Amino acid sequence: MDEGYLKFVIVGHVDHGKSTLIGRLLYDTGSIPIEKVEEIKNICDSLGKQMEFGYVMDHLEEEREQGITIETTQTFFKTNKRNYVIIDAPGHVEFLKNMITGASQAEAAILIIDAEEGVREQTKRHAYILSMLGISQVIVVINKMDLISFDREKFESIKSDLLNFLKEIGITPSYIIPISAKEGDFVASKSANLPWYSGPTVLEALDSFIPKERSVKKPLRFAVQDVYNFDKRIVAGRVESGLLKKDQSITILPSGEKTKVKSIEEFLKTTEEAEPGKSTGLTTLDKLFVDRGNIIVDSDDMSYNVTTRFRASIFWMDKLPYKLGTPILLRCATQEVMCRVETILKLMDSSTLEVLVSDSGVIRNREAADVMIATDKEIVVDDFLDIPETGRFVLGKEVTVAGGIVKGGKI
Amino acid sequence: MDHLDILESQSIYIIREAYKQYKDIAALWSIGKDSTTLMYLIRKAFYGKVPFPVIHIDTSYKFKEIYEFRDYLSKEWNFKVIVAKNQEALDCGVGPNSGDKLNCCTKLKTEALKQAIDKYKFKALLLGIRRDEHGIRAKERVFSPRNRYFEWDYKNQPPELWDQFKTKKDEDEHLRIHPLLHWTELDIWSYVQREKIPVVNLYFAKNGKRYRSIGCETCCEPVDSNADTIDKIVQELKTTKVSERSGRAQDKESAYVMQKLRALGYM
Repeated sequence: MDEGYLKFVIVGHVDHGKSTLIGRLLYDTGSIPIEKVEEIKNICDSLGKQMEFGYVMDHLEEEREQGITIETTQTFFKTNKRNYVIIDAPGHVEFLKNMITGASQAEAAILIIDAEEGVREQTKRHAYILSMLGISQVIVVINKMDLISFDREKFESIKSDLLNFLKEIGITPSYIIPISAKEGDFVASKSANLPWYSGPTVLEALDSFIPKERSVKKPLRFAVQDVYNFDKRIVAGRVESGLLKKDQSITILPSGEKTKVKSIEEFLKTTEEAEPGKSTGLTTLDKLFVDRGNIIVDSDDMSYNVTTRFRASIFWMDKLPYKLGTPILLRCATQEVMCRVETILKLMDSSTLEVLVSDSGVIRNREAADVMIATDKEIVVDDFLDIPETGRFVLGKEVTVAGGIVKGGKI
Repeated sequence: MDHLDILESQSIYIIREAYKQYKDIAALWSIGKDSTTLMYLIRKAFYGKVPFPVIHIDTSYKFKEIYEFRDYLSKEWNFKVIVAKNQEALDCGVGPNSGDKLNCCTKLKTEALKQAIDKYKFKALLLGIRRDEHGIRAKERVFSPRNRYFEWDYKNQPPELWDQFKTKKDEDEHLRIHPLLHWTELDIWSYVQREKIPVVNLYFAKNGKRYRSIGCETCCEPVDSNADTIDKIVQELKTTKVSERSGRAQDKESAYVMQKLRALGYM
């Protein structure tokens, strides 16, 4: 059995059955503590309802009363193959920023669709967000098959609708599975109700996915968080990608000054190298000025971009719209710079993907836009597809109002 | 890096972000396994130093082993502990037997913390809560604001993506920062085992019982267990179906006590 976790998010339109599917996954894998099942039974009794799997996840009083998920929840279960973290993201449009928060942490996704209702507004919007976040391992489940008498033709019709749409946004689902979360068909076990379906169950499909790893083969990007002077001067930060090595020739960006890694410092020990994802510290051979927000790269590597202008896709998730040219704080890894959206190249409604008229120069809540961004100071960015850790950013000072990904560093 | 290395690095990153943003920060140490692991990670993040104060909220109803361990470890690891007590409430006779438990927790824990924050003007607190502990905790952000009434507005939390955390607004009283949010109970024990982190001996079975979660002596029940070593605890957790906080009174009273406590500023 694998030691780590695979984190996946369940997304889809409100009421299409996310919470029920999660309850079912937990129940069928024996992951719900005994007293929890009792507690849920008691709550359902007191509300005069039947045993409802969705209550496993909906912990807020309002969530149970209204029957909708408001906040992102995470929970854990395991199969014989590995451990899983399920991220339950709200399907209600009002809680979109919670959905994005949840989805941004996922390595894989299940997109759930109600067999009776078919593709709806949030189905499309959530699929678009998965594509923007770069989540490529996607399972589509067509839920509530029991309500359409496990009808194959209806399933095929929803499937073809959906595939057309997903193709437009560049998602190729790994599996499309007919299920009933309520009854359990094809969640953890196969079912005689669906003799015409020969694919995997949801659990089998999940087990076939690969956990996302940061690559040691990519170029080094070390993001400086802070500089400590407790006993000696240590540059603290995280290896965002690539490998940091002792004696490595490094360049401090954006200044471009060069030196060597004198030592890699951990508490009570030094090491020869630090892998991607590692929070560590280093000392440099020469005494250079290094500060938070600097990005350290290998001196032999020329793949980085130091720039004040780049192209990006952004997703706006705040009630207050953005007016073209307004200064706003951009944060990318540990870098913070003021920037302005200079040009809107394309503006879209995230649920219909309809191209909107952008003459007004305003980006509103839940709109997605391809833009040109101009920063006040030089920053280091990479194309999101090359190095996600330095290819994604957020906008907003105290609170994040938009997320974005860099499309091609050099213009 | 293996699974525990990844968890550790993520926590250290969060702790360093918190300290970079807020110099008027403190860590809350309940002296249980999670916040003791948090203290351990803080030392790792800052190369053996704990560069800010550590608060222990003392209801005066804790197990005596907890007080002994507090004095032992703070000396061993060389950090300063602020003991926060709501003396006024204690003098008025507030306690686990004086009425409802919600009131007791609120007065002796939440109010005691409010008093400490008022006195020392902390702008951020590091807490060792985990998502898998309780459903309501699963909905927390890593950086989570509280208003001046200590309320948690869980319906209107800011987005949090790609380790870009929110910063404090004027109307936020303080920020709760949760570096262990992504750990599970089993992760904690596996890490305690690997790193040989000292823990209070209440966690080890005696006469067929052990505590899985510790707090006030009056409101904690031990669970059936023969796990008297860390290795056995790790083994036990791989198979158990009993939840961690099943021995904690405040989780049981009614379906929403924990939610109400948290909305009121409980840890």
